[in-house]
Amino acid sequence: MAFLELSGIQKRFGDVAAVQDFDLAAERGEFVSFLGPSGCGKTTTLRMIAGFERPTAGSIAIDGKDVTHQAPNQRNVGMVFQSYALFPNMNVASNIGFGLKIRKRPKADVDRRVAELLELIHLEGRGDRFPWQLSGGQQQRVALARALAIEPTVLLLDEPLSALDAKIRVALRHEIRQIQRQLGITTVYVTHDQEEALELSDRIVVMSEGRIEQIGTPFEIYNFPATSFVASFVGTLNAMDATIVDASAGRLSLAGHEIRTTSKLAGSAGSAVTIALRPEMIALTSPDGSNVVAVSPMKGMSGSNRLPGTVADIAFLGSVVRVRTTVGPDAIPVFVDTFNNPNLAVPAAGSPIVLGFPPEACLVLGRDVVPDRTDALAAAEAML
Amino acid sequence: MTGSGTNRLGQGIEAMQGESLDPPVQRERKSPLRFAWWAIFILGITYFFLPLIGTFAFSLRAVPPSSAYTAILEDPKFFASLGYSFVVGFITIIISISLLVPTAFWVRLRLPRARPYVEFVTLLPFVIPPIVLVFGLISTFSRPPLPFTHTDIGSTALLVFGYVVLSFPYMYRAIDTGLRAMDIQSLTEAAQSLGSGWLRILIQVILPNLRVALLSGAFLTLAIVVGEFTIATFLARKVFSVYLSQLGDIAPYQQSAVALVSFGLTWIAMGFIALLGRGSRSRVTITGAR
Ligand SMILES: Nc1ncnc2c1ncn2[C@@H]1O[C@H](COP(=O)(O)OP(=O)(O)O)[C@@H](O)[C@H]1O
Ligand SMILES: [Mg+2]
Repeated sequence: MAFLELSGIQKRFGDVAAVQDFDLAAERGEFVSFLGPSGCGKTTTLRMIAGFERPTAGSIAIDGKDVTHQAPNQRNVGMVFQSYALFPNMNVASNIGFGLKIRKRPKADVDRRVAELLELIHLEGRGDRFPWQLSGGQQQRVALARALAIEPTVLLLDEPLSALDAKIRVALRHEIRQIQRQLGITTVYVTHDQEEALELSDRIVVMSEGRIEQIGTPFEIYNFPATSFVASFVGTLNAMDATIVDASAGRLSLAGHEIRTTSKLAGSAGSAVTIALRPEMIALTSPDGSNVVAVSPMKGMSGSNRLPGTVADIAFLGSVVRVRTTVGPDAIPVFVDTFNNPNLAVPAAGSPIVLGFPPEACLVLGRDVVPDRTDALAAAEAML
Repeated sequence: MTGSGTNRLGQGIEAMQGESLDPPVQRERKSPLRFAWWAIFILGITYFFLPLIGTFAFSLRAVPPSSAYTAILEDPKFFASLGYSFVVGFITIIISISLLVPTAFWVRLRLPRARPYVEFVTLLPFVIPPIVLVFGLISTFSRPPLPFTHTDIGSTALLVFGYVVLSFPYMYRAIDTGLRAMDIQSLTEAAQSLGSGWLRILIQVILPNLRVALLSGAFLTLAIVVGEFTIATFLARKVFSVYLSQLGDIAPYQQSAVALVSFGLTWIAMGFIALLGRGSRSRVTITGAR
């Protein structure tokens, strides 16, 4: 039996179905992220675990105990908010000790625990500061300590880093993960930032429009996206329309060229599918093979697909160089990523180029799940 | 710090440029505005202080000039009525706060759509004259099953109820503004997740952060209560304003003196309330602004 179990959860606000068919079983000590765009129901689901919202249907159990109808102040669940929500009238120590005082712990115990937690969040000796005297990152660490003070069964964090600067965000992200590992506390982390989810999580729940798209480890989510939504939302992705030539042999037609895939194909010849290619999986060479711009990390696997194209433009993203190419008569855009290095001979815009990728890199997305290809493309373009 | 420094530097440069390019125009443009500003300021000062000065001058016409003031000290009714008004004022403030803080809190948290209606109800004292209010109170509470007016305490209670209603517009607005300055939903939920019940949330989380708002509401309420005449008269309460008006018939100089002294005492009482709320002020303001 899982430690945190959500079964058949549904939440409606009037006519709006905020969350539907939500099932999740998290193990004790697991770090689970809810990842998805704004408005997909992450916060609502988290608030149902905390008890701030009642599910319209379904049940929630923590450590084998049904808490679906339990009041939030009876659940012993720790919550960290995007806005920190520290009590402005209390100093850091009183904020952290608030939950313990309610539990009527002796003062000496409270003081000891507060000191412990201040050390854990690297704010030793700052107990008498007030929230407004702290930076955003420090405030959020205090909020984390306050939630941890009560030794909650489950720790819930709702976009806790969204209000912080990029540098602090990354530093605090590591700190949260380290503390979570150290305490072994079951954690649900809500974010719309795929980088955060990929780095922190044991498992990620990718959500869209109130439904679960996929649950899996970061590795699974990134490398084996179950739906085109997941493929487009997590990481950058090239999504392209293709038609089946021979389903059993894995042969497809893309932009007038025949390519092969190792993914299973369902459908007769001539039926349409969407294929997905990660930009870092594509090799880029000049037509005569003299200039190798990008190498596919999957090279050496069962042969390669080749697509002639044209360089459209080039973007330096720091450690990565992103080349936008177009293929075929309809000039379908395809992004190619390669690591930056000083010897890189970047091709000029307009020059012809050849894209190469192994059949294993060519994912075929289930059309039946989320058929909207333009969404995926828009998402890919927005990331450039 | 750095920001204001840069700004000052910027202004300095601007000022230097303005002066070297076209100093007369700048002076011309500024001086009429400055004159108007001073004129309005002096007009305002005169409007507020002339009556006080006039009252003071009038109170000195007694023979000997200070007798109006010494008479106050010898008049037990002065202290009794002013004390009574202050006590009624403080009780009114406490009841008003304990009614309106939970109401405004709950409306903001759970019934945001009811806000306009609640706001309208709290504004009713502006629409319904006190005379109507007091006759309503008397006709309802002067016979069984609720014979409030039959006893002294009952009448005082009615007076307080009336004043609580009069305080609604000021108190509710002040509290609502105070609540808007903080993220009550997150604060409430944070407290709940830590195990707190509603009463503790109100007393330990919401109230302390409303101090400044409650102070301004309390100021206005006290000022209204000390000056209110109609309701007190019809309930036959010996409040300060009633005493003051009666004094006018028998001792006009003393009445002026009493008016001035009570003015000062009311300010002292407000200062006392402000003192109670000091310390939290800067904290609340800064956090609220973020
Ligand atoms: N209290 C509420 N009343 C009505 N609709 C709500 C309420 N809370 C959330 N919703 C709706 O539910 C959906 C999911 O919201 P939310 O869980 O906040 O999304 P996310 O956290 O993923 O951005 C949205 O369409 C939102 O408008
Ligand atoms: Mg959200």
